[in-house]
Amino acid sequence: MPRVAVVGAGMTRFVRRAEETGKELAWKAAKAALDSCELTLEKVDAVVLASAPDAFDGVHMKGEYLSDGAGAWRKPLIRSYVGGGSGVFAAIQGWYHVASGLFDTVLVVAEEKMSSAQPHPQGAFLTIFDNMIERPLGPNLLWIFAMEMNAYMTRYGLEKKDIALVAVKNKKNAKDHPAALLGGDITVEDVLNSEVLAWPVQRLDVSPITDGAVAIVMAAEHVAKRLTDKPVWVAGVGWHLDTAYWTDRDLHYPRYVEYAARMAYEMAGIREPRKEIHVVEPYDPFDYKELHHLEGLLLFPPGKAPEAARDGVLDRDGDLPSCPSGGLLGVGNPIAAAGLMKVAEIFWQLRGEAGARQVPGDPRCGLAQAWGDLMQVATVMVLRR
Amino acid sequence: MSSAERVVPVRGLSDSEFRSVPGTEARVRAEYSWDAGYAMGTFLKGLKEGKILATTCRTCGRTLFPPRAFCEECFRPTDGWKEVGPTGHVYTFSICYVSWDMRRLAVPEIPAVIRLDGASPGMGILHLLGEVDPSRVEVGMKVQAVFRPPEERRGAITDVLHFRPVS
Repeated sequence: MPRVAVVGAGMTRFVRRAEETGKELAWKAAKAALDSCELTLEKVDAVVLASAPDAFDGVHMKGEYLSDGAGAWRKPLIRSYVGGGSGVFAAIQGWYHVASGLFDTVLVVAEEKMSSAQPHPQGAFLTIFDNMIERPLGPNLLWIFAMEMNAYMTRYGLEKKDIALVAVKNKKNAKDHPAALLGGDITVEDVLNSEVLAWPVQRLDVSPITDGAVAIVMAAEHVAKRLTDKPVWVAGVGWHLDTAYWTDRDLHYPRYVEYAARMAYEMAGIREPRKEIHVVEPYDPFDYKELHHLEGLLLFPPGKAPEAARDGVLDRDGDLPSCPSGGLLGVGNPIAAAGLMKVAEIFWQLRGEAGARQVPGDPRCGLAQAWGDLMQVATVMVLRR
Repeated sequence: MSSAERVVPVRGLSDSEFRSVPGTEARVRAEYSWDAGYAMGTFLKGLKEGKILATTCRTCGRTLFPPRAFCEECFRPTDGWKEVGPTGHVYTFSICYVSWDMRRLAVPEIPAVIRLDGASPGMGILHLLGEVDPSRVEVGMKVQAVFRPPEERRGAITDVLHFRPVS
C-alpha cells in the first residue's frame, strides 16, 4: 500500500457564535493548513470537505455552498458525511484519495457553524428519529445519549462521579489550547451539581454548541518528503456501521468502534493497542463517551476505563494520555470540525509541536476516533511518525 | 505555545452582538406525508387492534422487532408475523427535564427502551413510561403496554399511551 502522510494542519478558534460565515471559517482553516506546510492552492489535486447536517445552516447542498472556502473550485471535490463521524472520515477519504494513486496532494477541510439554527441547533436532529414509531413520541436527542449513558453505568456498576472526572480533565487540558471555547478548572462536584438535563446527563457532562473549522494537508510519500522533514504517516484506517435500529443494540458497549479499531489495527500491524498507542483522541461529545470509546478501541476492558481516569492514566502526563487537546468537552464541538481537530492534535503531538499540551515521552504512535450517525458509526485513524 | 501550531482567530459574537450585526432570517416550512410501508403499516394496523406485532425470519430464527419486511442479516424476506408483549422489561431509561430547545418541562418525561417478551433477545422499542414515580424507575423493571381505548386508536405508535410497571 502506498504511504500517505499528513504534512500540515490548521484550524480556527472555536467559538459559540462566529461572525464569520461557514465558508469564511472553512477558508481560514484551509489557508492556515496550506501555510503550515508552505503550500499554495494550485498544488492541491483534490479536496475532501466534511460538514454535518445541512439543516444547521438551512442551506441545501451545503458542500457546494462551502466549496470555495475549502479551495475546491475547478478541482475534484467529495463531501464527506457520516454525522459526527465525519471529521475523521474526511481524513480517511483523504487517505484513500492518495493511497489509490489518483492524487498526490489532497486538502481535507471540516467546517461547522451550528449557531445559525434557531432557537437551538438540536432542532436539526429531530428528524433523525424514525418517522413512524419514534417521532410521534416527541423525542429529543438527549434521550438517546442519556439512555446509552444509563445502560453503560448500569451494566458496569458505575457512578456519575466516576464519569465526571473526564469532564474535569478535558476542560483542564483545554486551558492550554489556543482554539478552546470552554477550557477551565472545574471539579467533580461542579459536574454533579450542574443542571440535570436528561438524567443521567447533566449540563457539564455535555460539550458546547460551537462554530469552527479545521483543515489538514495529506500527501503521497514522494511529495510529503519534499514538503516536510517531519511527515506523520497514516498507519491504519477503519470505519464501521452498526444497525440503525438503535433500540436493538447493546448500548453499553460500542461494538462498531471495536470493529473499526480492529480494521485500523490490522492495517497498522498493531497487536497490543494498549502498549503500542502512545496518545489517543477518542470522541468525547459527552464525558461517558470518551470512556465508552476507549473501551471500544480495546485500550481498556469493558467497564474499566473509569478506573484509568481515576488513577490518572488518561491525564496528559499519564501512561496513556487521552484527549490532551481538551477534546470536544473543552475545545468545543463543531461537529465535523471536532473530529478533524482530533486528527490535527495527534499530528501536532507526534511532531512534538503541541506546545503547552505536549504529552511527555516522545510519542511515536497516536489514534484519533470519531462517532456519529444514529449513534452507530465509528471512524478511526492511526498515525505514526 | 509552539509557533508551528496554526490556530487563526475568528470573531466570537455575544448574544447582543449577534442581534446587531448584518444578517437575514428565514423560516423553512417543509411538509411531508410518509407511507408507513408494508412492515410498519401492518404493525400500526395491529396496534389499532391492541396487538404488538413482530416479524419472523425462518433462516436465522429471530423474531424481529421493530418489525421489518426483510431480514437485514439473512437478506431475504421475513416469513410471518408474531404477537409479542404486551409485557417486557426496561433495558434503559432517562428522566428528561428539558425540551429539544432546552426549555424546562413542567413534568419530566421518562423515555425508555423496552424489551418486549417474545421478541428475540436484545430487541427493543422506544416509548415512554407512565403511572410511575420517576424515582422508582429502574433498569430491569417489568412493564406492560397501556393501550388507549379502542375508539381513540388511530393506527399510530401513540395508540400505546405509555408503558407502566406490572403490578
